[in-house]
Amino acid sequence: MNYVAVRQGFFFNIARFQSAQPARPCVAIMSTILKTEKLRVEYRSREFRQAAKVALNALDLEVHAGEVFGFLGPNGAGKTTTMNVLLGFVPPSGGTASLFGIDVREPIARQRIGYLPELTYYYKFLTAEELLRFYAKIFGIARREAEQRIAALLKLVELEHAARRPIKSYSKGMQQRVGLAQALINNPDLLILDEPTSGLDPLGRMKVREIIQRLKNEGKTVFFSSHELGEVETVCDRVAIVHQGELKAVGSVAEISAGHDNLEKAFLKIVGFQTASPT
Amino acid sequence: MNKIFALAGVVIKELYRRKDFYVLFVLTALITVGAGMANFFHDDKIVRYVKDLCLLLIWVSALVIAIVTTSRQIPAEREARTIFPLLAKPVSRGQVIVGKFLGCWLATGVALLVFYVFFAIIIGSKEQHWPVLIYLQAAWMQWLMLAIVIGMVLLGSIYFAAPSSTSTISFVVVVGILLLGGHLNVIALQQPEPMQTLLAVIYYGMPHLEWYDLRDFVVYNLGSASLLATLLATLYAALWTGIFLFLAWLGFHRKSLTT
Repeated sequence: MNYVAVRQGFFFNIARFQSAQPARPCVAIMSTILKTEKLRVEYRSREFRQAAKVALNALDLEVHAGEVFGFLGPNGAGKTTTMNVLLGFVPPSGGTASLFGIDVREPIARQRIGYLPELTYYYKFLTAEELLRFYAKIFGIARREAEQRIAALLKLVELEHAARRPIKSYSKGMQQRVGLAQALINNPDLLILDEPTSGLDPLGRMKVREIIQRLKNEGKTVFFSSHELGEVETVCDRVAIVHQGELKAVGSVAEISAGHDNLEKAFLKIVGFQTASPT
Repeated sequence: MNKIFALAGVVIKELYRRKDFYVLFVLTALITVGAGMANFFHDDKIVRYVKDLCLLLIWVSALVIAIVTTSRQIPAEREARTIFPLLAKPVSRGQVIVGKFLGCWLATGVALLVFYVFFAIIIGSKEQHWPVLIYLQAAWMQWLMLAIVIGMVLLGSIYFAAPSSTSTISFVVVVGILLLGGHLNVIALQQPEPMQTLLAVIYYGMPHLEWYDLRDFVVYNLGSASLLATLLATLYAALWTGIFLFLAWLGFHRKSLTT
């Protein structure tokens, strides 16, 4: 089986898996899934008399059910900090952040989310099956249901043959697929993806776009950060652009791009990047 | 509670998939069996020396397993960044602390059980005497002592980023308490002020790990300690473990973890 065929089979399985999951009726159309109000994060300096660094300042953000939301900004803009607050890694210095109306400081706020980090970080001494079983227990999924989901997810990500091998023996691609499986173990209503296409080849990127689109068709909400503006333009319903810890623009791709050739030019203008004028 | 057991299960799996325990067990077994086979000066009481040596090795091995395993739990999670997918799930940091504690404690308990079964077989085959009750009591007391040690190391691992620093400091503190803890009040009386007060404060303010050492009871066949003493020691260990875990939670629950 060649590489393309493997990839195509893998992503085809994703669509089949998601359509097999029972839909949750509780997510109302246009209800707010993710919300931040006047969110502020300061990092205290360890240097004596050094002022605290403001990573986020008064960030107001709303992501609605069923939309694909792109979170953009140059390096150091505050994207990762926002994600860190939403996932409970960093406590906010001020303001509030909530998921499904629950303060992100409450662990239960993360019951219906799936998180795919930029790079794979999993217990390498566990097998894929054990890792998924562990996360299923953390989500409180009943054993029988967990076993069914694990089997389905391992089939989905084409890791059935390696399910009982330690993750440390996996290739990078296989580890990424474990990452995807763990992000879907609880059949989440909100997927938080941190630069999901970073480090992928063009075919992989195209397929990730397909996944995001399919998740949207399933009624899932997707919140993802990316530097790939072309990709954002293709898959996102709305985007937000942050720069220097502040929200600079939010709206549909068409609204943001209005008056510019494309999203990239709008983005550069918004973050204040001066293109070299032709001589 | 299921989340805590799930976290503990991962710690136990990690321990038995690493080589530390097997190396220590094989070393202990080799040294004990070697010493047991020797017959120095045709001494009939050689079995006492074998018991003493074996129990010392069990104490050292159990401490090494407990301290080394515990000190790398939180720092390794942070270094390998596995803490991020974990905390992105509906699990609180308090549950992570308790789960890690439980995993380390149960893992060292399993190791201790293997060590004591080996000890009982070796000594029983020599003495033709099976004082199971005192073995169980000695193992239980040692396990309680390890609960305090694991709690203390977990607390240290929140503040010291490197597992090696936590391990080293913990070894120094634990060995210091085991060797000097019981004598510190006597030493204090021989010191001028303010050293006397300082040592007295340390004596009354530290966990007395040496109280859990029943090796002499086993070596000299002194019988078992009273049930009341065992119960009080259990409560004392629970109190100190609780204090250490609470302090660890205080340090961890508001800590910023940046990806």
